Amino acid sequence: MAYKRQIDRLPIPPADAKVHNVTCHYCIVGCGYKAYTWPRNKQGTLTDNAFGIDLGEQQPADGTWLAPSMYNLVQQGGKDVHLAVVPDHDCVVNSGLGSIRGARMAENRPSRVTGTQQQRLTDPLMWRNGVWQPTSWDDALDLVARVTARVITEGSEDELVVSMFDHGGSAGGYENTWGTGKLYFESMKVKNCRIHNRPAYNSEVHSTRDMGVGELNYSYSDYEVTDTIFMIGANSLETQTNLFLNHMVPGLRNGARMIVVDPRRTVTVNAAEEVAGVENVLHLAINEGSDMALFNAILTHIVDNGWTDDDFIANSTFQNGEAVAMDSAHPAALGSLDMAMQACRTSLEEAAEVCGVPTDDIVKAAEWIAKPHDDGSRRKCVTCYEKGIIWGNDNYRTIGALVNVALATGNVGREGGGVCRLGGHQEGYYRPSDAHVGRPAEYVDQFLIRGLGGVHHIWACDHHKTTLNASEFKRVHKKRADLVKDAMDAAAGGTREQIVDAIVSAINAGGLFVVDVDIIHSQIGQNAHVILPAVESNEMNLTSMNGERRLRLSEKYMDGPGTAKPDCLIAAGMAQHMERVLREMGNDAYADQFKGYDWETEEDAFMDGFNKGNPEVTYERLRAMGNNGVQEPVIGFENGQLIGVERLYTDGKFDRHGRDDKRALFCAAGWRGWQAPGKAREKANHKFWINNVRANIFWQNQFLDQDSDFVQDRFPYPFIEMNPDDMAELGVNPGDLIEITNDNGATQGMVYPVTTAKRGHVAMVFGSPAGSQGNVINPGVNELVLPDYKHTWGDIRKLADATPQARAVSFKSKEYTA
Amino acid sequence: MSKKCNRLVDVGRRQFLRGSALAAAGAAASTVTSAPAQAAPANAQIDYPSGKLANIADLAVNAPMDIEYPDADSPGILIKLGEPVEGGVGPDGDIVAYSVLCPHKGWFMSYNSEDRTMNCPGHFSRFDVEAGGQQVWGHATQNLPQFTLRVDDAGDIYAEGCSDLIFGRPTNVLYGEE
Ligand code: SF4
Ligand code: FES
Repeated sequence: MAYKRQIDRLPIPPADAKVHNVTCHYCIVGCGYKAYTWPRNKQGTLTDNAFGIDLGEQQPADGTWLAPSMYNLVQQGGKDVHLAVVPDHDCVVNSGLGSIRGARMAENRPSRVTGTQQQRLTDPLMWRNGVWQPTSWDDALDLVARVTARVITEGSEDELVVSMFDHGGSAGGYENTWGTGKLYFESMKVKNCRIHNRPAYNSEVHSTRDMGVGELNYSYSDYEVTDTIFMIGANSLETQTNLFLNHMVPGLRNGARMIVVDPRRTVTVNAAEEVAGVENVLHLAINEGSDMALFNAILTHIVDNGWTDDDFIANSTFQNGEAVAMDSAHPAALGSLDMAMQACRTSLEEAAEVCGVPTDDIVKAAEWIAKPHDDGSRRKCVTCYEKGIIWGNDNYRTIGALVNVALATGNVGREGGGVCRLGGHQEGYYRPSDAHVGRPAEYVDQFLIRGLGGVHHIWACDHHKTTLNASEFKRVHKKRADLVKDAMDAAAGGTREQIVDAIVSAINAGGLFVVDVDIIHSQIGQNAHVILPAVESNEMNLTSMNGERRLRLSEKYMDGPGTAKPDCLIAAGMAQHMERVLREMGNDAYADQFKGYDWETEEDAFMDGFNKGNPEVTYERLRAMGNNGVQEPVIGFENGQLIGVERLYTDGKFDRHGRDDKRALFCAAGWRGWQAPGKAREKANHKFWINNVRANIFWQNQFLDQDSDFVQDRFPYPFIEMNPDDMAELGVNPGDLIEITNDNGATQGMVYPVTTAKRGHVAMVFGSPAGSQGNVINPGVNELVLPDYKHTWGDIRKLADATPQARAVSFKSKEYTA
Repeated sequence: MSKKCNRLVDVGRRQFLRGSALAAAGAAASTVTSAPAQAAPANAQIDYPSGKLANIADLAVNAPMDIEYPDADSPGILIKLGEPVEGGVGPDGDIVAYSVLCPHKGWFMSYNSEDRTMNCPGHFSRFDVEAGGQQVWGHATQNLPQFTLRVDDAGDIYAEGCSDLIFGRPTNVLYGEE
């Protein structure tokens, strides 16, 4: 039976409720919300309330409504207060729209009164006497600092392995990336580090940057005035929901056409067809991993028909052959269009063969992108892409091939143009230089698997759910962490010195000391020896920018749980303890490197970091800019307003590569089949392609949603979409539990029938706590250590009949049908 | 296709215009009824009106009937599914009723009799009427409000409660007992 809240009325926010600016901290879109808080014993009335509307009337469609998921009872300044977090009609990003993720922000807050999110960590935990025991911050940080200092002084900083988020929103943001960045890149020069979603410290989109084109260069309003939306490897209705609904849909209503490149038919394709009509939507359901061949054929057709923007190419792109040679840091040469065409030239027939789509459709795509209007004017085209090619085959060249198309048609830096990643989280990166990490960067998962490194600091990452080659990673990580746990158990009752000695001996014998900073006790946290509780956005003030570089301050409106702290202040605490311990060890010079963390608040960390590089930007000014904020880069402050930039590169000068000539480069994106090691063989040996997909209902790896009855009721197990004929052949029914296996490991999920799924393709939701897809993904990466999560093949067998829980859920089509 | 979509959008618009017009009348009524209510202590649970929706004899399988509950501004459907479902009433345990205001942004949804779902022209959410109104896919943060039904000996079907908050109101019973 579907989950019912059994709530039939809610408190009314009074007119004098406190109002806070909130940017949704889940996805990249960064929708504006207003958070209202008011005392437990007060309420508004139907006619006198914070919304300023007559709540005694039924509100019309699109009107203001406080849904039960937008309400909670939380702590503010130590007192219980009512909380309502409601979409902001005045925010240009979402115009009052919420989503299935963002509109649950309030409900996803920890509350001892309503019982929500009681999984949140409240106090530091330390492995003691065979269990995790709560302890003080000083005690926990002392152990972290003593073990870390011993290991990096007896060895080197290369013994310290760090996994750290680099995003905005959630617990990221400019404050927290700076806190962690200053600790590991300024006080230390840690090079064995990786980012939350990939096994190295690198860019997801090296090639577009090397070509001079920063990956977030447009404004969302460009979708509303364009002729064509060219979307690749993305499913925006699910994963950038209100970008699709509030900007792409208006564009389609204004007459834009849409091309979607995705092997799978998605709800995005369905919705685009509903809005624009099937005749204006082209779904190119290409063979998995063949995107580059498609882009190259489109580019070739555009060049051969003279649909290129020759003025733009002459004035804004490199002219003289090769500018950057292919080498170990550049998986393709970069230079002029002519140079690139020698590698990219692909006939329609070749591409049709590789991609498995008709030549006519490739021609149609090229025409929709670039064939001038009847009056000779150029078509505008927004190109947007995401994980389908970022976590895809041959990342560098594939993204390069796509950016080639946008550059050749002059669709960058112009209204109705842009070539951008759509994004997952918001951005909020401000750190000291990472140049010492090198390129290619260390493949950190393999480094750990090889038994290297002695201390692992983890910041809000759960590799157990999200990394590749996860079966092996988990096995080795646990084994190494257990060595240290056993040593700690054996030294139980000893002094701090004796415990540290025991830990260090275990490390020297192949063990790994694990420190996990997170908001919940995560799966990788099971291997931790010290666990430090962090707060999230709105339990602290937090700044981030969205996918059109819109910077906002999302304000603190409640206390964090227990003694949890902002990550930046946890990093500061670590630094201070490192300084103290190193001084005690007689290492004054080293200790001095850990000075400069006397921050009381997250604002102090913001001023120490982001503000130093962007002196115009302060909390006070951002607060005044409200939920519409300012689009980065911030170039001034006039009449009480921060001045930003609506879209980048309007002057036709490209600088992301750092070249003095400010000319964009084309990428010699020669097709070479399956790039990552092991992929071709795996495909040949297994029956099913295991597509790795997202669903709108889950935020990332479900770290909060795993505790949501509403969410878990819908999908109690990770769904695996499958064609009904494949189901019949395997003898499985909707909801049955199945196992996916290959040489890398095994994982499991629940069958969901989808009639539009291709035979031999299944689509499994990523990052589930109840079945990690990473278990079956091989360790193959590209030259710059970008993982190819999307390409995994396996065999499938039935494990069990649908459980009663699974039997109760709906297995109907996700597509809108009126 | 696009034409079809726009038509549905218009249906939605007409419906909520209708809703607001009626709401104005309702608001006037509520000022009258709410005054005495303040004198008596409020119950912990809302008292729902009991509204007769139809008689079993009026229902054919998979032919939804438009209803209004708990008041005229809250449109819903009553439907006989032909197969027993959880929460279903009547001799066959197959009669259910739901709000048809989408719990995302309150657009008026339409019924697809082929796969027995409610579909929202606003932003493409859909709900399974055979699975307790579970959102099959969409933006709402709750499943479809389902009305609690009772059938008397004469086969008259009454609505007497609701599982979730109805879109666009802070309380399901907006105008007091009518
Ligand atoms: S679309 Fe993204 S940013 Fe907007 S409410 Fe949903 S999760 Fe939050
Ligand atoms: S109002 Fe129904 S999906 Fe938005």
